[in-house]
Amino acid sequence: MTNTIKVKTKLSGDVAQIKSLLLHPMETGSRKDPDSGAIIPAHHITQLIFTNNGKQVMVANFSTAVSKNPYFGFSFKGAKAGDTLNVSWVDNIGEKGELETSLK
Amino acid sequence: MIRAITIGLIILFASMVFQSAYAGPPEDRRAFIAYFESRFPAIPFAEYANGIYAIDQDARDQWLEIEEFPPYEFAVEQGASLWQERFPDGKSYSDCFKNSKNGVRQNYPEFDTRTGEVVTLAKAINLCRNKHGQNTLEFGGEKILALSAFIAFESRGEPFNINVPNDDVRALAAYEEGKRFYYTKRGQLNLSCADCHVVSVGQYVRADHLSASLGHPTHFPVYRSKFGSMLSLHQRFAGCVRDVRAKPFELQSTEYRALEYFLTYMSNGLEVNGPGARK
Repeated sequence: MTNTIKVKTKLSGDVAQIKSLLLHPMETGSRKDPDSGAIIPAHHITQLIFTNNGKQVMVANFSTAVSKNPYFGFSFKGAKAGDTLNVSWVDNIGEKGELETSLK
Repeated sequence: MIRAITIGLIILFASMVFQSAYAGPPEDRRAFIAYFESRFPAIPFAEYANGIYAIDQDARDQWLEIEEFPPYEFAVEQGASLWQERFPDGKSYSDCFKNSKNGVRQNYPEFDTRTGEVVTLAKAINLCRNKHGQNTLEFGGEKILALSAFIAFESRGEPFNINVPNDDVRALAAYEEGKRFYYTKRGQLNLSCADCHVVSVGQYVRADHLSASLGHPTHFPVYRSKFGSMLSLHQRFAGCVRDVRAKPFELQSTEYRALEYFLTYMSNGLEVNGPGARK
């Protein structure tokens, strides 16, 4: 099974630039199966958390309006090389994804 | 005098018709490339592999941003693990594809002189599966797209080398069928592939610019942001045929395989740069 998270980090001074890509269907719950007409149940990420050395640096509350396989990027201050960046998401049916990497 | 000129003209036209009727694939290809070279003298030949991004600077900037974090990476990873799977008889895909170390994408579509058919990469994957007692994967499905994406990724940088064997009339017939498909107007809008992708290259079609046909097949399969998934060349063909309001053919039909054969032959010499990322 491939990991559901990909992260790329770039340090310039004490500012870390984070880019991430998540593998997720992000079903809204209002789409119908074109063949059967049955509603496809909602299945989307509800929360995405980034922590740096255990300290939360970004929390995103996602809902149905975010695309499939979302891309998420941001930057934060106070980072240094070797810091441990942890990325995790949880979705509305309780599935989880997690990735840990070090800043460089 | 007038009569002499008329006869002279008739002979001239006849010789032109004679020439064009006997022009083979290499002549077609040279003329095809020469057209784009004279149309866009500033664009180097290798750039055509990037499709519309060779022409449209604004779209190119956005694409380069996307390529920093390619959305097709998930498909390549999935394809890599599928590629390594062993069939029950102990064989794997690498046993079907000779010289898979140097990449195989650049050799497809290939003309099979035994069956007399054009074999595309997707078709070759399924032939391999069937040979080793596996079921046929659905064309345009997730698995075959992931495998194609991985194979293209492994073949990056290899120049396309499509061969139309001139000792087999069926190969030339398949090539000619593809060429005819390419230049035939179809649908309610009465457009041929060439109307948009040769004649009107660079012009707007709704909010986008039309790409050049030279280099069209090099980056497939592509990740389409619009669908949030991978897309095969034949699905793109079907999309175009639907866009001109005609009824699309089946994926991997004889028609589309012939078209891919012709189109990829035209792009010979360009490097494999698939899988690509497209809007």
